[in-house]
Amino acid sequence: VRGKLIIGTALVAGLAGTAAMAPATEGHTARTAQVNLQFWSWVPNIDKAVALWNSTHPGIHVTVSKQAQGDAMVAKVLTSVKANNGPDLAQVLYQNLPTLVASQGVEDISGTANSVKSKFAPGVWALVALGTNKVWAIPQDTAPMMLFYRRDLFTKYGLKVPKTWSEFAAAAKTLKTKAPNAFLTNFSAADPGWFAGLAGQAGANWWSTSGDTWKVSINDSATKKVASFWGNLIDSGAVDGGPDWTPQWNKALGNGTMVAWLGAAWSPAVLEGIAPKTRGKWAMAPLPAWHAGDKTTGFWGGSTTAVVTGTKHQKEAEQFAVWLNTDPGALKILIAQGGVYPAMTAAQTGGALAQPPHFMPNQKTFYPQASAIGKHARGFRWGPAASATFTSYSDAFGKAITNHGDLATALNTVQAATVSAMKSAGFKVSG
Amino acid sequence: VASAASARQVLTRPAARRTVRRGGASAYLFMLPAALFYLGFIALPIGYTVWLSLRALHVSGLGLGGTPHEVFVGAANYRGVLTDPDLWGSLARVLAYGAIVLPVMLGLALVFALLLDAQRIGLRGFGRIAIFLPFAVPGVIATLLWGFLYLPATSPVQWVSDRTLLPSIPFLSSGGVLFSVANIAIWGGVGFNMLVLYTALQAIPTEQHDAARIDGAGELQIALQVKLPQLVPALILTTIFSIVATLQLYTEPTTLRPLTNAITYDWTPLMAVYRDAFILNDVYHAAALSVVLAVAALVASFGFLRAVQRRAFSEDGG
Repeated sequence: VRGKLIIGTALVAGLAGTAAMAPATEGHTARTAQVNLQFWSWVPNIDKAVALWNSTHPGIHVTVSKQAQGDAMVAKVLTSVKANNGPDLAQVLYQNLPTLVASQGVEDISGTANSVKSKFAPGVWALVALGTNKVWAIPQDTAPMMLFYRRDLFTKYGLKVPKTWSEFAAAAKTLKTKAPNAFLTNFSAADPGWFAGLAGQAGANWWSTSGDTWKVSINDSATKKVASFWGNLIDSGAVDGGPDWTPQWNKALGNGTMVAWLGAAWSPAVLEGIAPKTRGKWAMAPLPAWHAGDKTTGFWGGSTTAVVTGTKHQKEAEQFAVWLNTDPGALKILIAQGGVYPAMTAAQTGGALAQPPHFMPNQKTFYPQASAIGKHARGFRWGPAASATFTSYSDAFGKAITNHGDLATALNTVQAATVSAMKSAGFKVSG
Repeated sequence: VASAASARQVLTRPAARRTVRRGGASAYLFMLPAALFYLGFIALPIGYTVWLSLRALHVSGLGLGGTPHEVFVGAANYRGVLTDPDLWGSLARVLAYGAIVLPVMLGLALVFALLLDAQRIGLRGFGRIAIFLPFAVPGVIATLLWGFLYLPATSPVQWVSDRTLLPSIPFLSSGGVLFSVANIAIWGGVGFNMLVLYTALQAIPTEQHDAARIDGAGELQIALQVKLPQLVPALILTTIFSIVATLQLYTEPTTLRPLTNAITYDWTPLMAVYRDAFILNDVYHAAALSVVLAVAALVASFGFLRAVQRRAFSEDGG
């Protein structure tokens, strides 16, 4: 998910022009006991934040290496750990953290990390503590979900901004009668993280534990409710069943044949990348609710900084991970040049986020609103086989949509694939 | 490797029965570098793959904070591979793909090669380059180009059918996507195979054409009765290459996958290997699947070779 965002932000960053390449190897000879840290990340311009660290922390030199994005990072880190040439730190998606923990790819950093626990919302911290009394990473960005819509086209077609999912369904059908070629939005089988966010909003708990046993319930009633809701909309033709992040999708968002997108805090940067001509025409509102008045939303994506197993400088690596995600100077660079929506509560308003996103100049209070929405964001606990869940989701939901099958039944396939992957890896699983 | 070995066999078999001379120690010394390379870069990795395929990583309980350990699991990975219904589905898909690509691609390559070799054909140099050029386009780029032609929002084909009574073609639907992938492979592969066949045609002595012409044969007759029989070894070579390439189908569907719901992560066997190793992080299962695939590729190419061997080389020496 983050990877997709990068494409958008990279475009934006590319327009900005300058791209200082890898930090120079200055001071290689002078200092005696300099610690060198390797850091794998995919965030654009993160090397500029690292340069700030290097200039303010003379004893510890960090080198960034641009690496695979998102899910591909797991295999890279684990392979390098096995070969004893892993980095000291790595960018890790929330959903991949349990996989890395279970494979002993990341270290417990509670020694340093517990001191900054209070700077993060409890819901966010739970995603890195994983129900243990340890801490496996420092949260970098979070992505509370929200509704983005074309304000001009909503007015043109007489649509009201939906506050509940039933209003959303009604709007989708109304739009179809007024503009037969347009869709309110699409349901993507290509993006499991997006669906997980919607399921999280509805109250799903895909993984839980009791004692030493995992319970997997991807086909729980909350998730089934979400799947059936979208299945009906696709079947009735009110919502497009095509994948997102395709040239087709980009074009639809740009030319007004798709008038809303269930996105996250980072979405304006993406929209600016794929539909720059629609700048100022979009507006943001809270995600529709299952019950009128409920403010719960879900998370779509987000990542952390983790200390990789086998590092020879764990203490220094922990210091850097904490600094990168809590230091105002570092966060300012990450927000302004990396497209990051920070996980640290205090950084979510003011400072670099005092102005609305460049793409949405009309919504002056964008970031205060986003922060308010984020307070009600609910994530569920990720299990150690999230990649099996995600590939199975794309395959099963893709098949169900092309064959006009039942999405709730596809959920059973995802559940079975996840349980079987966990069992064959030796985890104790029930459900 | 299999393809190169079998290709060499095709090309050198007729000459292989030379008298064996006693070489002595120096012969082994000369062979040493090649043997070391073979051991280090072929035998060892294959051995390591087989070793991995018999093992698995096991955690216990919740697996959070514990130490996972590698254990010997015997044939469990192979059982998992062979009982996976999706693997058989993807193998069947690849066979269907081969059934489309092989005849069309090799047929077109043969026709083009014979045309270019025929007398009185204009623009020969241009034709050769034009047909060969798609092969020089990297598979990922070619697939992206075709992807834009397939997606309704960017496709000129769709643009035309929107403005006429022509029906729109669902290139990326579950029914159409196999043909769309095959089309990319054919587009990219005809040129290479044409060049192999054309080169083989160049090796036929022109006296034979002249003799046939004096006997009153037309161009078509020369093509079918003089040239075609002598092309058989080259056709076998290109067929084996194509069979192996069919089993290794990966680039095109992987590049198209994000554009459509109709391509799954295990759409072809090689895609499943990639998924297991690099997305699911189960290199052991991936190793077992790789071994099964390699054996299948060997059986398919050597099986084909055996089936056509006699026919191919009985013509030789004439």
